[in-house]
Amino acid sequence: MTTTIDKQSMTDSARRAAARVPDPEIPVLSIEDLGILRDVQVEDDVVHVFITPTYSGCPAMDAIRTDIDAELREAGFPAVRVHTVLSPAWTTDWMSDEGKRKLAEYGIAPPSGHSAVHSGPIPVALSVKCPHCGSLKTRELSRFGSTACKALYRCTDCREPFDYFKVH
Amino acid sequence: MTNSPHDAAPAVDDVFPDFDEVPSASVARYALVLGDDALIAAQRLGELISSAPELEEDVALANIGLDELGQARALLQYAGRADGRSEDDLAYLRDEAEFRSAHLVEQPNGDFAGVIAKLLLFSLYQRELYAALTGSTDNYLAAVAAKAVKEVRYHVEHAVTWTIRLGDGTDESHRRMQGALDAVWPYLDELFEVADFADLAADGTAVDASALRTAFDTALDVVLDEATLTRPDVPAIRARGRYGEHSQHLGYLLAEMQVLARKHPGAAW
Repeated sequence: MTTTIDKQSMTDSARRAAARVPDPEIPVLSIEDLGILRDVQVEDDVVHVFITPTYSGCPAMDAIRTDIDAELREAGFPAVRVHTVLSPAWTTDWMSDEGKRKLAEYGIAPPSGHSAVHSGPIPVALSVKCPHCGSLKTRELSRFGSTACKALYRCTDCREPFDYFKVH
Repeated sequence: MTNSPHDAAPAVDDVFPDFDEVPSASVARYALVLGDDALIAAQRLGELISSAPELEEDVALANIGLDELGQARALLQYAGRADGRSEDDLAYLRDEAEFRSAHLVEQPNGDFAGVIAKLLLFSLYQRELYAALTGSTDNYLAAVAAKAVKEVRYHVEHAVTWTIRLGDGTDESHRRMQGALDAVWPYLDELFEVADFADLAADGTAVDASALRTAFDTALDVVLDEATLTRPDVPAIRARGRYGEHSQHLGYLLAEMQVLARKHPGAAW
């Protein structure tokens, strides 16, 4: 019985440590906020962390693996294995509401609406809200932004450009 | 248990997933074909970084290339497990005749219309391919495809937007877009050849590429119509990239891609 409790508390503690790891490209978000962190399991004193890439070519994944390893060692777990889980594929639907709030505060418009992948073939284009002034009068400058997960927008009211985290 | 209003990422099964699964030799050969197409396409797109017509286009083409590179890495990692080679071994240490990519992706970029014409045909093909591959009986390939199909949708939109803008633009942009399309057209048919994967297609592992052609043509015709372009009437060349027979262009591309890794074996950066 004791071992079960120990294992549970170890798992909880490992999960909290892994959930603290920030996304290297958007450091206001943790990998948990983004929905990249899928699961944490402890087996024979080895912590197994399961993560899902946002995009196939996301260059941050290697840094995230290293950061998870470092954070868990810091928290007292010497044996860590980070696994990449490809299925089901990551979607912005997994981003937490807290994560969306933090994104907007940081100046990046959070994904608006739900990924069409689970609901039907036609993605519904919703207005993207300017994270600076809150206006809905914005337009897309480029479908591709500074990272694979973002597009470049401009607000036609306050005239400021901003990044938009694409619905994916 | 938190009661979060958003759709949280589903936890992984209690049983550890079979993340070290090794493909059979024939599945590995198939993964290599798909991975090589993506890798060579990525390398060609990478050539445009800092030389696209405008900054936004630099960023867009680099992002598309990055998606292709990510798909290539996942596919080459899988292929390499069959004989103990890493993705780097496969990308950097194979010679021309060992690559299984199609001739289309190795063609030089040419002008911007040329880049877009190639991207249009390749992304429309990849969209159909990955959509079908999500139903593969091979779990790894199906998972890679499920991710890739969402990315390729953006590539298609980008290529379509430019094809229409250039095709239905000025006389000069129309002339160049039509010319670019005519120039890459001979390399199209190879993408829809089944090569020697009929057995894998029959058991549901691989996609029967020939079955994708109808959907591809339908989608392409809609774009060409809106772009006021004409479907090229140019014969296909006999391309045998799937068997390691390439055009003269692949050697030069590989020389550039591989020189650093070959000159400094084992170097890491």
